[in-house]
Amino acid sequence: MTAVIILTLIGVLLGLAIALTVRYFGAPVDPLAEQVAELMPGANCGACGFAGCNDYVQALVSGKAKPGLCPSQSADALQKVCVLLGVASEGRAEKVAVVCCSGTDQYAIRRAFYNGVNDCHSAMLVAGGSKGCVYGCLGLGSCARACPFGAIEMRADHIAVVHPEICVGCGKCVTVCPRRIIKLVPKSAPVHVFCSSPEKAPVKRKVCSAACIGCRKCVKAAGENQMFINGFLASVNYENPPSADIVAVCPPKVLRTEAQPAASAASAAPAAPEAPAATTAP
Amino acid sequence: MTETTVRLPDTTRLVVSSSPHFHEDASVRKIMLVVIAALAPACLAGVWTFGLRALWVLLVCTAACMLVEALCVKLQGRASTLPDGSAALTGLLLGMNLPVTTPTWMCVVGAVMAIGIGKMIYGGLGYNPFNPALVGRVALLMAFPTALTTWVAPLASPLQWAGVDSVTQATPLGTPWAGEQLFSTWELFIGRTGGSLGETCVPALLLGGVLLIALKIIRWQVPVCFIGTVAVITGIAHLAAPEQVAPPLLHIMSGGLILGAFFMATDMVTTPLGRMGAVIFGVGCGVITAVIRLWGSYPEGVSFSILIMNAFTPLIDRYTAGKPFGVISHPGREVKL
Amino acid sequence: MTKKHLHFYGGVHPQESKTASGAAIVSAPLLATYVVPLQQHIGVPAKPVVAKGDKVLRGQLIGEPGGFISAAIHAPTSGTVKEIATCLGPAGNQLPAVILESDGDDLAAEPMPALDWPNASPDELKKRIAEAGIVGMGGAAFPSVVKLSPPPNKTIDTLILNGVECEPCLTADHRLMLEKPEQVITGARITARVLGVKRVIIAIEENKPDAVALLQEKAAGTEVEVRSLRVRYPQGAEKQLIYALTGRKVPSGGLPMDVGCVVQNVGTASAICEAVCEGKPLYERVTTVTGSPLVAPGNWRFRVGTPYAEAIKLAGGVKVDPVKIISGGPMMGMAVYSLDIPIMKNCSGILLLAADEVRQYESSPCIRCGRCNDTCPMGMMPGILSVQIEKERFELAEQWHVLDCIECGCCAYGCPAGRPLVQLMRRAKGEVMAARKAKAAKKA
Repeated sequence: MTAVIILTLIGVLLGLAIALTVRYFGAPVDPLAEQVAELMPGANCGACGFAGCNDYVQALVSGKAKPGLCPSQSADALQKVCVLLGVASEGRAEKVAVVCCSGTDQYAIRRAFYNGVNDCHSAMLVAGGSKGCVYGCLGLGSCARACPFGAIEMRADHIAVVHPEICVGCGKCVTVCPRRIIKLVPKSAPVHVFCSSPEKAPVKRKVCSAACIGCRKCVKAAGENQMFINGFLASVNYENPPSADIVAVCPPKVLRTEAQPAASAASAAPAAPEAPAATTAP
Repeated sequence: MTETTVRLPDTTRLVVSSSPHFHEDASVRKIMLVVIAALAPACLAGVWTFGLRALWVLLVCTAACMLVEALCVKLQGRASTLPDGSAALTGLLLGMNLPVTTPTWMCVVGAVMAIGIGKMIYGGLGYNPFNPALVGRVALLMAFPTALTTWVAPLASPLQWAGVDSVTQATPLGTPWAGEQLFSTWELFIGRTGGSLGETCVPALLLGGVLLIALKIIRWQVPVCFIGTVAVITGIAHLAAPEQVAPPLLHIMSGGLILGAFFMATDMVTTPLGRMGAVIFGVGCGVITAVIRLWGSYPEGVSFSILIMNAFTPLIDRYTAGKPFGVISHPGREVKL
Repeated sequence: MTKKHLHFYGGVHPQESKTASGAAIVSAPLLATYVVPLQQHIGVPAKPVVAKGDKVLRGQLIGEPGGFISAAIHAPTSGTVKEIATCLGPAGNQLPAVILESDGDDLAAEPMPALDWPNASPDELKKRIAEAGIVGMGGAAFPSVVKLSPPPNKTIDTLILNGVECEPCLTADHRLMLEKPEQVITGARITARVLGVKRVIIAIEENKPDAVALLQEKAAGTEVEVRSLRVRYPQGAEKQLIYALTGRKVPSGGLPMDVGCVVQNVGTASAICEAVCEGKPLYERVTTVTGSPLVAPGNWRFRVGTPYAEAIKLAGGVKVDPVKIISGGPMMGMAVYSLDIPIMKNCSGILLLAADEVRQYESSPCIRCGRCNDTCPMGMMPGILSVQIEKERFELAEQWHVLDCIECGCCAYGCPAGRPLVQLMRRAKGEVMAARKAKAAKKA
């Protein structure tokens, strides 16, 4: 019984000590900063260019940064931040990441079995990875691991797929991808070119049946200055994007509204064969 | 030879990987199985000394450890890690560190502590900072001190079953030193004394230990420094006060010193990497063991010493990191984390 | 020869598998097409000096050095330039290449005049070495003329000829030393003259006693000393070799010239001899084609630009399909996935491995056994480094000396957890170098 009383007393005393310390020695907190911080997503993704949400809030409050740098903040929250800070809201173009490759196992040839560190950067060091196309998604998920929001799915058929409804456009995957095939595009853009290979069509077709063949059909079908061809690769003018129904003209179905659908069970290519079994060294 | 008979390799099924392309025939499983084999003589000696129940305790601990690991791995959604043999080894070591009369359910609790708390919550083999078998044993020692310090005297026949009615006996270290030995040196050597079931028979343990050193699975520096340090400190203390302190030979041959020095202070995951680190680790274990034995309230300190030194392992690694070929000073020491 | 050899720290002793050591060097027959990469060396690619449709003769210059660190490329045979395109390199990268269609006559171009090397000036000899497009033939393919032009503040007193061939399976250097000992020794003496050094050592591993005896006999009466070294991989790594022979330690991040040494492969010495004494540029080399899946492993003198497929055909083709095809030796070579890759100046071997010889890497955790610590010849801690690199803590890895790694593969060779340690080191080295470059760019 005495033990209980003593422990309770110690607890009360220590609690009091903490309260008093905060009361008299605590660092002054800017109430404005606290309010602004509450409107931040708190993911600390760093897309704003600061070390984290708190760092950005400090910069905002001291007037060193403009609101609207945070890509994952909702428009509503941004509006509230502007009101709190007393600045005019400039709005913000919402962006989203797109993996510009259609080379799932079904379409892209595999030139060798890669055995090593399960990471795109490391795979690049070994004969340039296992996919035949040197501009294609390696499918080992460096981007998915780098994504602070879990918006990138690594599909079993070796391609990364960004889920636009989760993606906030922070751009971390863009810098991480060793093949540089992830692009940040306006969220409002309806169609994207899911191919990144600048090679000539025959070269591309040899390694991937879902490659842009540079046929210019989309350019002709689209309005003035909506699509253009860069070398042998079509690209969307995101300043003035074509409407979604243009996808019908693309023969290899590279111009699409969303990422390659996962191969359905019936039409799926035969599962990638396992690497030849190897036993221990002699 | 004509052109048509020349067969070119099929390039569609080639593997690409980083160099080197030759590998030694080594695997984690092999290492663990060799260590288990090296423990076999000591286990047999335990059964010979303490009867069939010793075998039962060993089996229960091993099976329970494997079961707990299988369960944890399943919960974590990973592939089975049982084939690597590390859970079986932990179970065997746990059993060897328990008295023969340990109740079966207590063995299971020990296994849960060893594998669950000592290993799997850190992420499994390779990530655990403390020796899992010792975590299990020390947890049991703290929770059930009476059961873990009730020692049965060696049985007349290995076929006997040690139980509550068996004759109990104090361990050589558990009896206060009164200036003379309770057991003859020969009895101490072959392990006809009370104690944990796997720790008493010195020749069997030495056999396994020497095998591991010969196969380069453990570093000789650890047992030599560990046992040597205990011998030196207890030797000095014995010379200073022969009436209060047992001679060093008794300290070496009793308690878990030999078992600990050869099989637990040499656990790869939880001990330093390099040779210098092994020396420091061994000496540290020896000092702590001697201090606990001479001045602590426990008669035995090997488990505690190894666990304490486990905590220092990352630090030892950092400070013993050799300077690479051609480097003048070692900036690893200036690393600020 | 009684002098005790110093031993470098660590190392391993893999199975030697030098099955082709008894096979004499055979000149490979002429092919219809050669794919001659314009970048067979470290540095800037050579600039093509021929155009599509041009007729060239064997030994004619087809690519001139594209910069200071670059090398000239010569036509391997006479014929027509079909195209200037790209080809696949052993590292999986695309290299600019001249595709040469042979006319079958193999007409030689006018050779460069032979030089009287004992009386020629070092500058003259250097100019010839550059003109002949000679690069290090041991593997790195560093342009020799750059290596032989140390900055004036470095004094070179020792030339080491590397005939160690510590890589298992490879026998090209061994056969070359047995069949062309005079060339090797003359090449060494020419190089010594270029550098102005008096001390020349030819280093050979003890497992090639015939080569040691032969070279000792041939080198009698010259300044060249032949030393046999214990068999321990990586005995032929520059830093380890210099230490074993001279006791000098190349400083971290430094070059052999920092301790007054130049190390050169025996193949390079032979090529230098040919260039100086016969005026023949470097367009062919000895390469071992070996491995258990092959019908008849052996050593051939291939012209540069021979596709791997042709080399394997010469070796009789395969009995079973290999799982790995490696450019170079088993410890440091690169796994390739195509047989269209051409043999280049630095290709010392083509190795085929069958399924039972290959062990797959696993990404299992480090069990901290410490074997890599004991075998790392650079005295690093590959185990700890690999854990840091897996967590992408490259700055920490830099502080733990990841840049000192020579990628010899001893750590991964003995790793019981089967971790791809060398790949992790290479990743970290790349990241650290990139970070340093970015930092330097920021400063500038």
